[in-house]
Amino acid sequence: MSATWIAVLVTAACCYALKLAGLTVPPRWLAHPRAQRFASLVPVALLAALIAVQAMGRDESLALDPARLAGLGAAAAALLLRAPFLVVILAAAGTAAGLRALGVA
Amino acid sequence: MADTSADPVKRAARDGIALGVAVGTSGLAFGAAAVASGMSVAQACVLSLVAYTGASQFALAAAVAGGGNLIAGTASAVLLGSRNGLYGLRLASLLGFRGPFRLLAALGITDESTAVALAQPAGGQPGRAAARAGFLATFGSLYLTWNAGTLAGALGAGRLGSPGSFGLDVVGPAAFLALLWPRLRDGRTERTVALAGALIALAATPFCPPGLPVVLAAVAALGAALLPAATALSPAGAPGPPGPADAAGVSGAARAPDAAASAGPADAAGERSGR
Repeated sequence: MSATWIAVLVTAACCYALKLAGLTVPPRWLAHPRAQRFASLVPVALLAALIAVQAMGRDESLALDPARLAGLGAAAAALLLRAPFLVVILAAAGTAAGLRALGVA
Repeated sequence: MADTSADPVKRAARDGIALGVAVGTSGLAFGAAAVASGMSVAQACVLSLVAYTGASQFALAAAVAGGGNLIAGTASAVLLGSRNGLYGLRLASLLGFRGPFRLLAALGITDESTAVALAQPAGGQPGRAAARAGFLATFGSLYLTWNAGTLAGALGAGRLGSPGSFGLDVVGPAAFLALLWPRLRDGRTERTVALAGALIALAATPFCPPGLPVVLAAVAALGAALLPAATALSPAGAPGPPGPADAAGVSGAARAPDAAASAGPADAAGERSGR
C-alpha cells in the first residue's frame, strides 16, 4: 500500500470518527446549562470564523481578494434587503464572477 | 420577501437541497485538484465518500501535491475535520437521532448541514422535524453532488476553468453568512460570539496551520458560556430588536430565537405570533 493510500485512509477514518464522536457524546455530559450553552454557541463562533477565514485568508496568511469581498458584501446587502437564500448566493457569486470578468478585481 | 411555503419542513428541505447542489459543485474543483496533485481517481473518491468534509480533503491534496510530509498533511486534514465533532455536540440534541441511524447521520455532518439545521425555527416536535428535514436534505443533495463532482472533476482534471471565474469561491462564505444571519439577529450574545470568533480566527491565521484558527474560535463560545455577564446578555434577558418576523430570507428562521440557548419557548411563541 502506498504512502498516499495510507494518508487517504487515515484521513477518511479520522474525519468520520470525529463526526461520530461529537454526535454520540452521552447526553448527561451536556446536562449542565453552561455545557448546553457552549454547545449551542459553538457553531455560531465556528461558522463566523469560517466566513472570515474563507473571505480573507489564503493558506497561512491573510490576503484581500477584492472580488471575493465584494461578493460577500453583495450577499450582506441582499440579506439586509431580505432576499431569499438563492438570491443571496447568486448575488455573491455573480458579483465576484462579474468583477473578475471585467478585470476590475 | 415572504416565504410562500408555510410548511417549515418543506422550506427547510428546499433550502437544504438548494445549498447542497450549489456547494456540491465545488466537488469538481476537489476532484480536479486531487488528481492534479498526484492522487488517483480512486483515492479522490474514497476521500469524498468517507471523509466527506471539503476543507480536510483539499488540505490533504495540497500536502500530496507538495510532495511533502504526508504525516503533517494528514494531521492538518484531521485538525480541519475536528470542528465537525464540535458541530456533532450541538446536533446530537437538536436532531435527536437514535440507534444505528446515527452511524449514517454522523457522515452527514458538515458546515452546510449544520448551518441549515440550526437555521430552522426552534421549539418542540415541529422544530425538530424542520431541523431534521434541513439536515437530511442538505446531506443528501450535497453528498450526491459532491461525490459526483469529485468523480467528474477527477476524470476531467485540467479541462475545467478556474472555480474563481464562476465566483464559486464565494458561494461557501455567502451561504454561511445567510444561514448565520437569523441567529445574529436573535441576540447580542450571538453577535458578540460571532464577532469574537471571526477575530480570533483571523488573528490566528498567520501563526497557525490551516484549520486550527477556525477551531480556536470555539474559545469565543466557551467564554460566552462561562462568563456570568454573558449569561445576563442571553436572548431571554436582552432580546434583539423584534423586527418583522417574516423577514428571514432563509427559512423564515428569524422566527426562532435560539434552539437550545436560553431563549425559552415563550420567546419563540411570541416571535411566531408576531408574524
